[in-house]
Amino acid sequence: MEVFEIIVNNKLHKVESDASTPLLWILRDHLNLVGTKYGCGISQCGACTIHLNGEAIRSCVYPISAVGKQKITTIEGLSEQDEYSFVQKAWINEDVSQCGYCQAGQIMTATALLEKNPDPSDEEIDTAMSGNICRCGTYIRIKKAIKSASSHKD
Amino acid sequence: MEIVNTTIGRRSFLRITAATGGGLLVGFNWLLSCKTLDSKNPQISIPKDWFKINGYVRIGENGMVTILSPNPEIGQNVMTSMPMIVAEELDVPWENVIVKQGNLDEDSFKNPQFAGGSLSIMKGWDPLRIAGAAGRYMLMKAASNNWNIPMENLITNEGVIIDKSGKIKIGYGEVASQAVNIKVPKNLKLKEPESYKIIGTSKNNVEGPKIVKGNNLFGIDYRTENMLLAMIEHPPAFGMGIKSFNKDEIVSMPGIIDAFLIDTSNPNPSWAEVNAFNEIIAIVGERTWDLIQAKKKLQVDWVTFDNLESSEEHEKRLDKDLIDGAVTEKRLDGDPDIVFKNASKIIERSYSCPFIAHNTLEPINFFANVQKNSVELVGPIQTPKALEASVSTLLNIPKDNIDVRMTRIGGGFGRRLYVHFGLEAALISKKIGAPIKLIYKREDDITQGTFRPAYKSVYKAALDEKNRLIALSIKGVGLPNGPIFPNRFPAGAIDNYKAENKSSNTNISTGAWRAPKSNFTAGAEQTFIDEIAEICEKDPIDFRLELLNKVIRNPVGKNLDYDPKRFIGVLNLVRDKSAWDIEKNKFKGVSSYFCHNTYVAEVIEMVMIDNHPKIKNIWCAVDCGIVINKNSAKNMIEGGIIDGIGHALYSQLKFKNGVVTNNNFDKYNLIRHNQSPANIKVFFVENKLSPTGLGEPGLPPSIGALANALYKITGKRFYKQPFYENENVFDA
Repeated sequence: MEVFEIIVNNKLHKVESDASTPLLWILRDHLNLVGTKYGCGISQCGACTIHLNGEAIRSCVYPISAVGKQKITTIEGLSEQDEYSFVQKAWINEDVSQCGYCQAGQIMTATALLEKNPDPSDEEIDTAMSGNICRCGTYIRIKKAIKSASSHKD
Repeated sequence: MEIVNTTIGRRSFLRITAATGGGLLVGFNWLLSCKTLDSKNPQISIPKDWFKINGYVRIGENGMVTILSPNPEIGQNVMTSMPMIVAEELDVPWENVIVKQGNLDEDSFKNPQFAGGSLSIMKGWDPLRIAGAAGRYMLMKAASNNWNIPMENLITNEGVIIDKSGKIKIGYGEVASQAVNIKVPKNLKLKEPESYKIIGTSKNNVEGPKIVKGNNLFGIDYRTENMLLAMIEHPPAFGMGIKSFNKDEIVSMPGIIDAFLIDTSNPNPSWAEVNAFNEIIAIVGERTWDLIQAKKKLQVDWVTFDNLESSEEHEKRLDKDLIDGAVTEKRLDGDPDIVFKNASKIIERSYSCPFIAHNTLEPINFFANVQKNSVELVGPIQTPKALEASVSTLLNIPKDNIDVRMTRIGGGFGRRLYVHFGLEAALISKKIGAPIKLIYKREDDITQGTFRPAYKSVYKAALDEKNRLIALSIKGVGLPNGPIFPNRFPAGAIDNYKAENKSSNTNISTGAWRAPKSNFTAGAEQTFIDEIAEICEKDPIDFRLELLNKVIRNPVGKNLDYDPKRFIGVLNLVRDKSAWDIEKNKFKGVSSYFCHNTYVAEVIEMVMIDNHPKIKNIWCAVDCGIVINKNSAKNMIEGGIIDGIGHALYSQLKFKNGVVTNNNFDKYNLIRHNQSPANIKVFFVENKLSPTGLGEPGLPPSIGALANALYKITGKRFYKQPFYENENVFDA
């Protein structure tokens, strides 16, 4: 067991854990930030997507020992309480969700994409998003939401 | 005006209990209500008092309304559409409604609380309308008593009671306290569809704002103060069991509290207790990662007690039992055997599909807190009542002492109809003497289950010298049971018709997977009909319409399951919307199917991009009677189509020596963003028939439309799922 200090959503947390523990379980079990979801544990479904210094990563395979001083953002840190980011708003307005389980991960990947590429083409959206599975098949609406967020972004 | 008899809800509606204080809803903010993000309306604050009108409805003194949604929410959006029906008859503004998930309490809801068979809206249609109408009656009667004005002289409008002169008005909230004492009459008037204000509109998912914020909505997110976590290890192969394992070593690992065997077998298991393995290893600890480490260190002495099956063996068995299997269901019209002997042309084709897993993206999990004589169960379950019954039997604790609460559910597809994981959680909690949450690793989830059975069917058509279809024979077999619906279309349309289901056997556990049997049979049947239409030199839609018109004019045999007129309705609608008769040169395939009381027709258009066939457009026509929530209904159909196409193209469970070899998403393919069609247009037949379900019916026809469109663009017919793996056309 080791003690790690990590910055999650602009807050410093002290966590005691095994060095190999993936961030996913640190967030869910230690910090009770359960918006980040477990889907496959092998970086194949994208449900656990978070941002590390603004880059979308799969937290289920990223050990806490590799985090250091890098800034972690989770779905809970994307907007203030009772507020919504432009991507979250687009998701609500397009009524994207069915079961909703994958959507936090989809939003995290989409947000990282739009930060880098504010006006992505269909192909660029497909490429960026293909690591995020939606078992309910809301892909068409996700694409619409990304496009609508892209056009509303200031 | 439709008059309904209220006796089914009478007792609960008469119960007079005023809910006290704001304790019902803690931490209220306006975002919890059904307002849209851009709503300009003034904020309504939390009421001081909530008055319980009936099992579904509580009204606050300021006019806010809480509606409880009775059924499990698996993504079919009943948590929005079911309360919409109550709100419609109650006549309240949707923006003043707060929706909460109801717990298992069928006495109170007077409605079967399960998610399966696309039945929630169909079965709930009367109870939900009655709950709303009864509430409205009680509020009006209270106002009538106050003012001494007869009920007949009062009307309601969006939460306000008004006398006909328009001079006196009172809000629901102001009379709610008196309404709780009002008795509901035996007969209630329900609205006519023409006057609907909420039903038929589009309301956003009431939990959409919470989903996008990552709130703790799902079973896997549930936790209590002193809760422990648990994982399981089941035998690696169907046909194997557990002899012993290295318990001492596992228990000595960091963070591990205990490890032991559990056995969920009940002496008389219910249908919902289907599962792969009764006896499994349970490991209990404080953190998920510790449990995952402990699972890696398990050394188990497995024992083989049955045949270890492989995918190759499954295919051989299906072929054999298509001939040798026992006939379990049958339909016979005319004399097909004689007609086949004298036919000018016989066309015979075989279709097959593999076992597939449900793969709900939220892995199987459940919370249980078993005390000496009471049980608390919380989590994702499609059949809470069946779970309660099974736990009651297994633990010998009366049902009244078992509290079942439903969380939001990260996908169902039939997987969570089966209750074994709830029983496992209960046994683990009992043994360890603490509340626990059981979580399956993805690999534990995918390698056991209640899989969609593997199926194979043979379709055989006889044509006369003028290429007219004169006989049809269908034979289907599955592991373990056949997929045919003997009395569905095209039964009734063909003078000489034979349909037979045959059984086989397997030790792989199987169960309902979204649109059971239809998810295979629709594709086989609609692909075969397309091929026959071509040989008969008929347009594929015309060919189907001719058969259906014959059923209207002169149906063959009795006991037909479908209404040919509604079938024709969706075919004509999709024909029109897809410009079927105008764009003849494009690569389009059609399919139509009836299941779960809903009629659907779909057209898929393909294009060739870099020598690969790709879906360009999909048009879908649906007849589900009255549509409750339009945009959400479209979402459901879009998802069903993508699900059907995805599994037909890419998905398959592979078995070797009893083991599922593709045990996670690196080896088991699910359709992804870049493979998904980009355009689906959904149209509804407008009528005033009672609503039927949408969770399943969009899926089955998509497979035939896909195969038929693929034929148009590649010149190749597709018979064996998954198409992508088995047909090399995609490598072009």
